[in-house]
Amino acid sequence: MSTRIKRALLLLAAFALLPVSLLSCAGDTEPSTGETASAVSGELSNGGSVTVGISQDLDSLDPHKTANAGTREVLFNIFEGLMKASPDGGVIPAVASDYEISEDGKVYTFTLREGVKFHDGSDVTLEDVLYSLERCAGSENDGVPLITAFSNVESITSDDQGRVVITLLEPSLEFLNSMTAQIIPAGSGSTQATNPVGTGPFRFVSYTPQSSLVVERFDDYWGEAAHLESVTFQIVSDTNTLVMGLNGGTLDMVIHMPNTMASSIDESFTVLTDTMKLVQALYINNAVEPFDDVRVRQAMYYAIDVEEIIDFVCDGAGVPTGTSMYPAFTKYFVPELAEVYQQDLDKAKELLAEAGYPDGFSMTITVPSNYPQHVDTGLVIAQQLSQVGITAEVVEVTWETWYSDVYRGREYETTVCGVAASDMTAREMLARYVSDNSKNFINFSNAEYDDVVARAIATMDMDEQVALYQQAQEILNTEAASLWIQDLCDLVVMRPELDGMTFYATYVLDMSTIYYQ
Amino acid sequence: MKKRSWYFTCGMGLTAFMLLYIVVGFFWTPCDPTALSSADKLAAPSAAHIFGCDHLGRDVFSRTLAGAGTTLVIALAVVAVGFVFGLIIGALCGYYGGVLDSVVMRLCDAITAFPSILLAMVVIAITGAGTYNVIAALGVLFIPSFARLTRGEFIKYRERDFVKAAKLAHVSDLRILFVHILPNTWPVLLSGLTIGFNNAVLSEASMSFLGIGVGPSEASLGRMLSEGQSVLLSAPWCTFFPALVIILLVLGVGLLGEAARERIG
Amino acid sequence: MIKTGIRRLLLLAVTLLLVTVLAFVAFSIIPGDPTDSILGMNATEEQIAVLRSQLGLDLPLWQRYWNWLSGFLTGDLGTSYNFDMPVATLLSSRIVPTLTLAGMSFVLILVISVPLGVLSARYAGGRLDKALTVLTHLNMSVPGFVMGIAVVYLFGLVLKWFRPGGYVSPEEGLGAYLRFMLFPSLAVALPKSAMTVKMLRSSILSELHADYVRTARAKGNPPGATLWRHVLRNAMLPVVTFLATIMAELLAGSIVVEQVFSIPGLGQMLVSSIGNRDYPVVQAIIVLVGFAVVVCNFLADSVYHLLDPRLKGR
Repeated sequence: MSTRIKRALLLLAAFALLPVSLLSCAGDTEPSTGETASAVSGELSNGGSVTVGISQDLDSLDPHKTANAGTREVLFNIFEGLMKASPDGGVIPAVASDYEISEDGKVYTFTLREGVKFHDGSDVTLEDVLYSLERCAGSENDGVPLITAFSNVESITSDDQGRVVITLLEPSLEFLNSMTAQIIPAGSGSTQATNPVGTGPFRFVSYTPQSSLVVERFDDYWGEAAHLESVTFQIVSDTNTLVMGLNGGTLDMVIHMPNTMASSIDESFTVLTDTMKLVQALYINNAVEPFDDVRVRQAMYYAIDVEEIIDFVCDGAGVPTGTSMYPAFTKYFVPELAEVYQQDLDKAKELLAEAGYPDGFSMTITVPSNYPQHVDTGLVIAQQLSQVGITAEVVEVTWETWYSDVYRGREYETTVCGVAASDMTAREMLARYVSDNSKNFINFSNAEYDDVVARAIATMDMDEQVALYQQAQEILNTEAASLWIQDLCDLVVMRPELDGMTFYATYVLDMSTIYYQ
Repeated sequence: MKKRSWYFTCGMGLTAFMLLYIVVGFFWTPCDPTALSSADKLAAPSAAHIFGCDHLGRDVFSRTLAGAGTTLVIALAVVAVGFVFGLIIGALCGYYGGVLDSVVMRLCDAITAFPSILLAMVVIAITGAGTYNVIAALGVLFIPSFARLTRGEFIKYRERDFVKAAKLAHVSDLRILFVHILPNTWPVLLSGLTIGFNNAVLSEASMSFLGIGVGPSEASLGRMLSEGQSVLLSAPWCTFFPALVIILLVLGVGLLGEAARERIG
Repeated sequence: MIKTGIRRLLLLAVTLLLVTVLAFVAFSIIPGDPTDSILGMNATEEQIAVLRSQLGLDLPLWQRYWNWLSGFLTGDLGTSYNFDMPVATLLSSRIVPTLTLAGMSFVLILVISVPLGVLSARYAGGRLDKALTVLTHLNMSVPGFVMGIAVVYLFGLVLKWFRPGGYVSPEEGLGAYLRFMLFPSLAVALPKSAMTVKMLRSSILSELHADYVRTARAKGNPPGATLWRHVLRNAMLPVVTFLATIMAELLAGSIVVEQVFSIPGLGQMLVSSIGNRDYPVVQAIIVLVGFAVVVCNFLADSVYHLLDPRLKGR
């Protein structure tokens, strides 16, 4: 008997050793980090390559056709518009060197910058710019604008000095933000998705769907050249793999690292905390009972504890908003609004009783299953609401169901999700609450609010606009149209040798400022 | 005779323990399995929480107690659905062969080739989310593999002497199928059953992962696994303990299967 | 022989047709539209309408299927909605990693499970067998992602035999590629081998109780090589069916392992394409997988007839 076991064990051992023998002759598998140029005497070093882990695949390389914020932040490195985003949330001239806005706010005139080159080596001409803008306005899409803000464009022309003249249908101060619309070579629309060509600090090298996007430094860049030689955006959908990639040396940097994983990253890595630039809230369908009663909504806001939610889902690193505006929009953001509804269970019960629900009621919170932080937030809110007698059931649905039933169909009671400003304007965050807005899935309807927002959009005075937008936020807050919670935390992890990360007020990942120390 | 008792004793002991675990979990848990606590977020195992806490500060021990039952019921039901239909289909196809066999096997091929996620999504889209619908969705997915396995066994036996003898003796086909052949196939089918049970438990986890499984406020071992995945490296206990409970459940059933196989043999 | 071949081919075509029709119907049942993921949350009704007509989504279901089918039959797999690239280009680079993973895993499964299964059955009831039975069950019930991450952790981070997430494409060197693929293959193969060991063991044991073995033994034949060969031959039958199912599963792509090891295979593509409602991609993958399933099962049937001459002529 014992000899049999011995034989078997030997056999087992042989199998266990099989991979070892296969590998022992396989050579060096150590990660190569050889390109790390060490810094000499404070001077920023140039060169080196970086592999950045991103968790989401890119939805399209055609800059005018991306809908995904995660794609836009990556493509920021390849493309530029007449204007480009600046870290403070505003825009600065890029392919344009200068611009003028007429006093009535309807005519925008841009002077093109001299010496801007496309990645294919050709100069940016007026023709390219006109082509790009017309494409955004729908010239290749049966007249339907690819970028929604362009539906306000009446004409795109040039004047005798070779400047670009854009005339709007309705006056707008905020159209300047839309001029980040990317400039591409004339006629290149149909090839951008497979071979993107822009004017940005990095040029496209290769893309393998669901695997990686490789870019390299564009040496003829008009502005300050990037430090890094090349950047690989590696698409890694599993968070554990992100961490193991960092610890194992495959990845040099990871953006949007979930905070729950931070503790398993090697201590030597630099961890930078930022926010996601969106507003996470319990969005309430204002049109259905009992949520059509403002007292019920206020009661719910008093019943929840925002700080506790932030502790749960962001380890306390999220920023409370209290309104439909995220803090990075410093100009419009009213921090005091986040203080209005401090948890007060007695007040909540009182308001509920006034509204005719002394014993609370039952409701559902519909959450999209692919966003764990929204699901978790729903569960925390449900627990908090139970303290005032409200029984909330968290119902998880797939994103597609959520999108068609909740967001488009508006068939829901409450939902947790995040809302961002895709065109980088404050207007985007607030217009959603206007009664007849097509994106008003909250079904909020308030005449005073509609009026204030309309005036803000129409005004040509920046200060007045800011004041009106702030007034609008106050109305929303008083009405408790939604229970705004936070701008979620966002972590960037990078190798200790890397530095130069610049955070923007919008969805931007600027690789051009990153360098090896 | 000693070896039979070993599998039986171990299998029975383990299964009895797991059933006790589930029954206890049905009536009592040390903490509320759904109570969240930010202070205990991802707390490592300690005297207060022997299995630690998950990312929302829920007691993992209590959740495994409450969730094991849900998982067991789902897995058993799924295997039952897959097995009963698979057995009937496989037996008929294997024994009779011919056109019926070709047609049904192509259908099984079609289901196997059809992405299981898509099939599950269709069933859920028609029936709506919920525990029973998860069972229906998974059950359908399990039919082809059971059918194939049974078919293979019946093909093997239909040419054996004892079947031929029975045919000559004008024994009815039904009797041949289920009295003469079926008992011989048990050993292999039992293995298939155990593997199927195991896969059913794990599939429940994938369903939760897609957001079409057991709801977020309920506890199930599959759901715990899918939630634990995103914190596997920072809080392995969120995955380890539910996985351990699953392993013990499956092992118990598997050992009982062995014991049953031996008894038949 | 030729007749059987033609019949087989016809059945294959019918099966594939069936699967693709089912997939089309399935997409019309489940909620969601391809334009959802292409245009995102801020799309206007106008943009959606234009895109739908550009993609031909405004046509009736049968017409869309017909368009797809006629394209497919003339060798045009269509264009991915989401990636804006020909489906053929998109998938061609992914077939190699998936085939490699499936092939290597299959070999590993055979190498691991056949000796262990035989060993376990040979010494049934012994301590080794008991240990193996318990080990098999343990191995089997480990969730796929835990196995994947455990392999990465052990071989990638602790032993540093490969770089976690550092997928090497075959173009970068065949040796390095195969070496990298060994680890994901191991992660795929381990649980499946456990199942195979279990199948093989019970199949052999049931065969040992068969009449001919009993007769042989009763006649005084020692349990020697000849007998074992017969037993093994017969015992392999259900295992072959099982292996065919496994091979078909492997070819459909191992989504979890692909994710953990960052392998650009078909599994990940299929799952994300279903999520994005990218019908052309899903259809193409389904046809590929369907083809693989049918071929695997056909091979299994052929092996059956080889192993068991009694089945000839049926």
